[in-house]
Amino acid sequence: MLAIRSVSAPMRRQCVRAAPRAAATLSFQNRRFYSDKVAKFTGQKDASGNFPVSIIEGDGIGPEISQAVKDIFAAAKSIERNKVALKGPLATPIGKGHVSLNLTLRRTFNLFANLRPCRSVAGYKTPYDGVDTVLIRENTEGEYSGIEHVVVDGVVQSIKLITREASERVLRFAFQHATEIGRKKVRVVHKATIMKMSDGLPHIEFDAELLDNTCLKMVTDPLPYNDKVLVMPNLYGDILSDMCAGLIGGLGLTPSGNIGDQCSIFEAVHGSAPDIAGQGKANPTALLLSSMMMLRHMGLNEYADRIERAAFDTLAEGKALTGDLGGKASTTDYAQAIISRL
Amino acid sequence: MLSRNSARAAQRLVRAAAHQQPRAAARSYATIQSDIFKPTKFGSKYTVTLIPGDGIGTEVAESVKTIFKADNVPIDWEQIDVSGVDSGSPGSAEAAFRESVASLKRNKLGLKGILHTPISRSGHQSFNVAMRQELDIYASICLIKNIPGYETRHKDIDLCIIRENTEGEYSGLEHQSVPGVVESLKIITHAKSERIAKFAFSFALANGRKKVTCIHKANIMKLADGLFRNTCASVAKEYPTLEYNDMIVDNASMQCVSKPQQFDVLVMPNLYGGILSNIGAALVGGPGIVPGCNMGRDVAVFEPGCRHVGLDIKGKDQANPTALLLSGSMLLRHLGLDDHANRISKAVYDVIAEGKSRTRDMGGEATTHEFTRAILNKMETL
Repeated sequence: MLAIRSVSAPMRRQCVRAAPRAAATLSFQNRRFYSDKVAKFTGQKDASGNFPVSIIEGDGIGPEISQAVKDIFAAAKSIERNKVALKGPLATPIGKGHVSLNLTLRRTFNLFANLRPCRSVAGYKTPYDGVDTVLIRENTEGEYSGIEHVVVDGVVQSIKLITREASERVLRFAFQHATEIGRKKVRVVHKATIMKMSDGLPHIEFDAELLDNTCLKMVTDPLPYNDKVLVMPNLYGDILSDMCAGLIGGLGLTPSGNIGDQCSIFEAVHGSAPDIAGQGKANPTALLLSSMMMLRHMGLNEYADRIERAAFDTLAEGKALTGDLGGKASTTDYAQAIISRL
Repeated sequence: MLSRNSARAAQRLVRAAAHQQPRAAARSYATIQSDIFKPTKFGSKYTVTLIPGDGIGTEVAESVKTIFKADNVPIDWEQIDVSGVDSGSPGSAEAAFRESVASLKRNKLGLKGILHTPISRSGHQSFNVAMRQELDIYASICLIKNIPGYETRHKDIDLCIIRENTEGEYSGLEHQSVPGVVESLKIITHAKSERIAKFAFSFALANGRKKVTCIHKANIMKLADGLFRNTCASVAKEYPTLEYNDMIVDNASMQCVSKPQQFDVLVMPNLYGGILSNIGAALVGGPGIVPGCNMGRDVAVFEPGCRHVGLDIKGKDQANPTALLLSGSMLLRHLGLDDHANRISKAVYDVIAEGKSRTRDMGGEATTHEFTRAILNKMETL
């Protein structure tokens, strides 16, 4: 299920080193000092001058779209290196069985921030135009702490955990990211009218908004959110980021990065779509855009810009669209169209 | 928890009872079946508790009272001005709150605006949540439907969000285990999940709807949301004529903004209901036009479906009374006063459809008073 492939240098698998067990506890002993940049990319080039990147292809349509991205990368004569990974979707069975593998990866590598930009794609029409939101979601705690127990038969208690350390860490990342991408406002989304203690913890002087209001305003008119970076706890981030994806046409178009101090995993956030696996129908845009985020994270902005432009141009042209966007092209056709633009 | 003032409330009850006529007959439970429903009725009038609420509450409640009076609706309002805004004397707010709960327990029926919940006042629970828990009004219904004539980005939306109101994330159980680490408990019980699921299915059946969708996050919260999902699935077996499916909440919110037409009745725990009702309200034109109600075994409280206080436009005569008016018509239908309900809701819909008089949130220029006037004029022609 978890096929890991190191693209350029198979021996240097530092990032995805054997993870026998999910580190369910949050590491509090890990005191940090914030003079340095949060979540800096620390990978190094290998002997041939490339950055190795681990690839986790994932289930379902994962291998197909990963192949498309690899083809494109080869065409752009790029990169790769460990400490960053690119990952396809992994299926999680509902209501039973193992802890989500996605969750396990995030916990194991302490990927505390989930970065979810959403931009309207020219060429794919939705009721909402000009959407350009950036969402940052706390990834390690909150409602997804996984601490649940049956108190008495028929009564389940699920614990939402909020800590100052994790809140501060993700907020610092939010400010840093806002600076990097040139946005002026950071807005915290919360529900502190109801959950006074847990959602109220980060003592913030800047802009804050109630979850309900954010949902309401964003669906009414997403444009005012184009100059802001939103930061929020786990569950709200999950719901809102998917909602933003819905505004621009679905998860096939939205990239995502899980940023941690030691390493980062960039992934497509859509499901593993077992129904269309192996048919060459999948849309690799999300994974491709995620990899662009990865390139930028590694400081390879030039490559990122080129590939991204090629991808958006291909989409805008509308000739080689995959089935989910109303086109007829296969995954490889689409990749070829992008490659030919490079 | 809130029993400090119960003695005072009891005294007030005795005083009130002293100069009221003796009650006609013992009342039974408020349910959606009107034949066994006997609310407080003196002479030929019903007594209904009116809680205008904070923010725009007073203005829109005024509009409702004017319109109901013009239509000679046989309702006497028992108005109680509760406020969640910090007035400096928490005792009086608490007393008013106790009085409103007592009044609702008496009358079994209420029309309510939204009470403000200050973020900073820790330890004090939201009055809205406290009221729902105290009266055990467990099912919140929020009707999201396009209003004819008012263009939005999506068309043909007709969905109904049924939300568990009394447990889940809003249990209010929070503690700081060590400084800097806070735990908040989400409680899901089989009994309450089953109750809300049964409510949702019978609501769907009674209102001629086809499909029920259970919204959850059971892939992550396997026990808590898993229990909710499994309970819904087992209740669904008792309603074989209704289509049933379930959906993860993040996917549901995405589907809501891209293909909202696929949904019919949605049933979900507390927090997800808050999120989806806001998304839904935004789809059809904002919180000013979405009606709703909270149903319990004994008491039914009608309030706008998308709970926004509107402190920012308070007193500016800009508020849209549509949500409270339509909630009021739901109340009239609940009482079996369908003639009044139809006339009022038709007038509201017609005025909006004509487009001459609309409040600012719907892109018009009319004030609350002008909009109310337009509805009154329209009612005379119906």
